[in-house]
Amino acid sequence: MAVPAGSGGAPRAGALPVVEARGVSKSFAGVRVLDSVDLDVLPGEIHGLLGENGSGKSTFIKVLAGFHDPDPGSRLRINGEDVALPLPPGAFRDHGMSFVHQDLGLITSLSVLENLRIGSFSRSRNWAIGWRRQRAEARRLFEEFDVDLDPAARVADLDGTQRALLAIVRAVHEMRTLRGSTRTGPGMLILDEPTVFLPETGRRQLFSLMREIAGGGSAVLFVSHDLDEVREITDRATIFRDGRLRATVETATVSDTELVQLIIGRELPDHSGEREEVVPTAATGAMAVEDLSDERVESVSFALGPGEVLGLTGLLGSGFERIPYLLFGAFPAASGTLRKGAEVLSLPGMDPVKAIAHRMALIPADRQRDGSVGSVSVRDNAMLQVIDRYSTWHGLSRARLARDCQDTLHRFDVRPPVPGLAYQSLSGGNQQKVLLAKWLAAEPEVLLLHEPTQGVDIGARAQIYDVVHEAARSGCAVLCASSDYEQLAAICDRVLIFDRGRVARELFGDEITKDRIAHECYTLADRAVPAGPVGPTEGEGEDR
Amino acid sequence: MTRTSNSEPATDVVVEPGRSSSATVARSLAQRFSIVIALVVVVVVFGALRPGTFLTTSTLQGILGSQAVLVVLTCALLIPLTAGDYDLSVAGVLMTSQMLIGVLNAQQGMNIWLVIVICLVTGAVIGLLNGAFVLLFGVDPFIVTLGTGTILSGAVLWLGDSTTISGISSGLTDWVIVNRFLGVPLAFWYGLVITAGLWYFLEYTAAGRRLLFVGRGRAVSRLSGLRVTRIRWGALVASATLAALAGILYAGTTGAADPVSGEAFLLPTFAAAFLGSTAILPGKFNSWGSFIAVYFLVAGTTGLQMLGAQSYVSDLFYGGALVVAVCASRYSRRKEVREAGSL
Repeated sequence: MAVPAGSGGAPRAGALPVVEARGVSKSFAGVRVLDSVDLDVLPGEIHGLLGENGSGKSTFIKVLAGFHDPDPGSRLRINGEDVALPLPPGAFRDHGMSFVHQDLGLITSLSVLENLRIGSFSRSRNWAIGWRRQRAEARRLFEEFDVDLDPAARVADLDGTQRALLAIVRAVHEMRTLRGSTRTGPGMLILDEPTVFLPETGRRQLFSLMREIAGGGSAVLFVSHDLDEVREITDRATIFRDGRLRATVETATVSDTELVQLIIGRELPDHSGEREEVVPTAATGAMAVEDLSDERVESVSFALGPGEVLGLTGLLGSGFERIPYLLFGAFPAASGTLRKGAEVLSLPGMDPVKAIAHRMALIPADRQRDGSVGSVSVRDNAMLQVIDRYSTWHGLSRARLARDCQDTLHRFDVRPPVPGLAYQSLSGGNQQKVLLAKWLAAEPEVLLLHEPTQGVDIGARAQIYDVVHEAARSGCAVLCASSDYEQLAAICDRVLIFDRGRVARELFGDEITKDRIAHECYTLADRAVPAGPVGPTEGEGEDR
Repeated sequence: MTRTSNSEPATDVVVEPGRSSSATVARSLAQRFSIVIALVVVVVVFGALRPGTFLTTSTLQGILGSQAVLVVLTCALLIPLTAGDYDLSVAGVLMTSQMLIGVLNAQQGMNIWLVIVICLVTGAVIGLLNGAFVLLFGVDPFIVTLGTGTILSGAVLWLGDSTTISGISSGLTDWVIVNRFLGVPLAFWYGLVITAGLWYFLEYTAAGRRLLFVGRGRAVSRLSGLRVTRIRWGALVASATLAALAGILYAGTTGAADPVSGEAFLLPTFAAAFLGSTAILPGKFNSWGSFIAVYFLVAGTTGLQMLGAQSYVSDLFYGGALVVAVCASRYSRRKEVREAGSL
């Protein structure tokens, strides 16, 4: 059982914790994703929550929000009082808790004021809305937190920082208006990675807002991937790994190496100084990307050779996941060129039609929305890219189409191999195989993948790896953007690790292991204390 | 495009005969031919109740010939519906084209064949404009075509001076309703040919497949390299052109151009399109399903009127059929998704 290391040495020891979790567990279909978590959050502290994807930190937050029903034996005390579990949805409000999720929960077509008051509209029993009074109140609130927002502005016209600030001010405001009742106590603000897409100045503003809130006696629970941020802003931090709470530490006294070890669970050899500078391997490749930028990616360049499988990865918000879409023209780049053979294509002018004409293929992460039409047959989905080959003077040759589709389904081991079945009735793994079949049928020279095994069972995963390797063997250049380090280790010849929109590390051959990639990702995010390797992106935070 | 999902009916799960029991095969066949069965039932019931009037050759010939207009107009609507867009201006285009014939041919004495060409070109231009508003300004086609359709009915009243214009060249009426093949007016055969042609286009050509993908998944289509804008635009042009053809047939059927009656086509057209999508190829807008749906709806209303119902019964019947058809396609979609999930 996990013992919260170092709890008790908190800055405001002795104060009644806002939240005391004892033995909180949660299982899904017999799998424990949260295992006996004991966690205290004290009033007036900023408490960080760290861990990889799937470490259990989101599950814990969702238990607090009343979204998940924890396993029997879990206990939760709020402001010193035992509460019955599961918390009814929305009950967190009565306990003075307020959540800001990563999507912020704003309605962009409405005004700042309307968004600010949306919670009270839904509860209010008043017939009329006193707009003038509400506007004045909103102005006072923004002044108090030193946030420059116009209550009449449309949220759609705000930038990301302003939106995040609005969401947080709204949460604080809600916490306060509910404080009338005796049970709420000092209150707790829970921030689930609100900083991921913010520029540096936005982070500063957000942090000062968080400090003000904690200074007022409330607790702040801050979920983050970023060691740098957690170090800067939190008093204590709790690290989750594989569903367990590994430690609660005093942020000021813990070293980066210790934090990384707690997060990824292994002691890693020191790789310092191995690579001085990242010059992405320029080859006479299938293609070369130069100076690719958009709102979250900055001046990315790399080459990709025929037959190579290149992985792109990084933490959430590092921008790696945008690269396949930018290259394919799914959304526009701000600048950049793509050299393919003798041709130089401008990336801002790229679109899917052009990309396909240049023998590129994109398999997006969101199969349901971007990859396929679930209500149409497997055959029509699988054969869409090559359907013109079956056009004759008297229309489609449906017999030949059906035969070739059947062959393809057998070749890719799609189960059941029934061309007439609706696509959505296949399992995730088989859907993904059909998508690979669809795009490989067009014999692409460049295959762009994003999270290719998301929602795919283990057996199909291995088959998908085989398909990717087979494509590479036949000379296709493969680009795989993924946050699954194990998958990258399994299929890639080379991995580029992104940090804040730039390529920060390049790993080759034996270096590509799950642990090494994780280590690099987390140490890159930690830039406050530049111990160890000095990558090219270090010290460039000021210009964004 | 919030309305895309509304216009898209049930899922086309094609049950694999090898995997399913004979009961499921029977059930799926019953669903596919439900509309045919309904048509037969209606004919038999009204035939039994009013043998002297309903089941006469002249009644049948009348229905088959006059309703070809609705068949062609429904075919026109099916094209943008398949592409995921509503076109509410089809009735307006039909009226415009009919009134152009009245004014240019009956009043100005222009050659009927030249007028027909002008009508078709006008239809295509209206489609181009609809497409321009929808695609260049990114406006919901439901709203755009509601607007253009209303503008057109206003323009028709103005153009025809709110009166009925008779005296359309017999060249047109001969070739639409007077001349017969196998005892049935030529209009019926035109509708049949257009229905077959649309079926062929949607089912047997690559372009038809692309149209379907654009309707079912815009993002997927774009990322698959389909020229989504061009295809949607083309669908709106095709629908307006076909609607203009329906207007020509309407003028030929009645031998006159009146500025109001064409509006009554809008609802039956939608009813037939959605009702048709529950049969033959359940879950897909398809022209044979709609073809049979047209005649089912017309047989129903004609029979009721022969039983002595007032003329408003047709509104009740068409409106009811539309609501029932849309609900049925939603229901069968949910059911089939559920069944597919348990495979």
